[in-house]
Amino acid sequence: MIPLNPAIEIALLIVLAPLIGALLAGMDRKLTARAQGRIGPPILQPFFDTVKLLRKSPIVVNRMQIMYAYLHLAFMILALVLLVRGQDSLMFLFIFAFSTLSLVLGGMCVRSPYSRIGSQREIMLMVAYEPILILLMIGLYLANGSFLLGATLATGKPLLLSLPLLFIAFLVVVAIKLQKSPFDIATSHHAHQELVKGLTIEYSGPYLAILEIAHFYETTLLFFLIMMFWVTNLWIALALACASFFLMTVVDNAFARLTSIWTFRFMWTGALLLALTNILWFYL
Amino acid sequence: MTAIRKVSKSPWVVHFNCNSCNGCDIEFLACLTPIYDLERFGILHVGNPKHADVLVVTGSVNHRNARVLKNVYDQIPDPKVVVALGVCASTGGVFADGYNVLGGIDKVIPVDVFVPGCAARPEAMIDGILKAAEILETKRRHPETLPAGQPVITRTPTAAAPAV
Repeated sequence: MIPLNPAIEIALLIVLAPLIGALLAGMDRKLTARAQGRIGPPILQPFFDTVKLLRKSPIVVNRMQIMYAYLHLAFMILALVLLVRGQDSLMFLFIFAFSTLSLVLGGMCVRSPYSRIGSQREIMLMVAYEPILILLMIGLYLANGSFLLGATLATGKPLLLSLPLLFIAFLVVVAIKLQKSPFDIATSHHAHQELVKGLTIEYSGPYLAILEIAHFYETTLLFFLIMMFWVTNLWIALALACASFFLMTVVDNAFARLTSIWTFRFMWTGALLLALTNILWFYL
Repeated sequence: MTAIRKVSKSPWVVHFNCNSCNGCDIEFLACLTPIYDLERFGILHVGNPKHADVLVVTGSVNHRNARVLKNVYDQIPDPKVVVALGVCASTGGVFADGYNVLGGIDKVIPVDVFVPGCAARPEAMIDGILKAAEILETKRRHPETLPAGQPVITRTPTAAAPAV
């Protein structure tokens, strides 16, 4: 690949990432519709939705709400830039967590009980998946000898071979972050109502569009994180990420929604055990 | 050469049951199933008026729910359109003469599309909502677009059965 000027690379990333995320979301909606025997919306539907939301008149409950929506977006973009530039993995985790935290704070600063309950459930989900992400970064260190995300490329060895169990645990985290069905308890995709709309219930028009765009960035970020497991070969990495996203859609359609306590128990037993086993592997 | 209709590509629908017998509601929900599949037009059924563009109302308005209907309507951000689904939402239907019934929902909020029928068929509902999507796009371009005129009641139900 041709090495780009970092500034141009970051600018390209900021422009292209939401487009990739929206396309992935559109394909997900199309696949879901086909799985249910429907024709489904066009693949570009997420673009139409976002443009429409941006053109609607803003209704604001309070000013803090807007600030948290922008913070959510800004930290999500920053996390994506850190990931693609191969920066420190722990810093990436903090920024990524703070992005979700902004969303929670935005949900907490309004008086709607649905929004409040959604925020509490989002915190519950964070408590459930954060240990897996931290163990993933520890696994990254043990495999590469460095906490830098870019070190994976330097070793020239696919991460998936040394972290197979952690990868499975990480896929569950991806399902939680993408609001896929057993775990879409804090908020849900449109037309999959839970708590009416949970966390995002009081956002409308352009501010809802900001949250949607942030979610597109998040989708791209997770796509790239999966690609990181086979970063040495671009095509295998792409195939791995596409297969994982296809699996997410299948899981979304095959499972019913479960409770937050169930998610917590599952993550702290099944997924955590997988991740810890993978870490212990390095010491054997 | 056919004129290209400007139709909103993502009208999100919120459904409000005023005082319906649930006949129209069941038919409306049938529109979302694989047979009719409203989502192929980008139409989503959202539960939250703050995220919606189209307000779909079934059933007639009475003194108790007029305030609630107005409140739901006010929470939808502009531009917005209203579809009266079924004859009860259009004119009050068989309940029009009831002592507690105000009539169709156009007594409380401006209506853009009337879909009569008891119950309205899913095909008619889809036609009505797509018409609403067209009006939605017109309203976005021209915010001063007027709502539809009131429906004409051609026959008032009377207590005495007509002589045959």
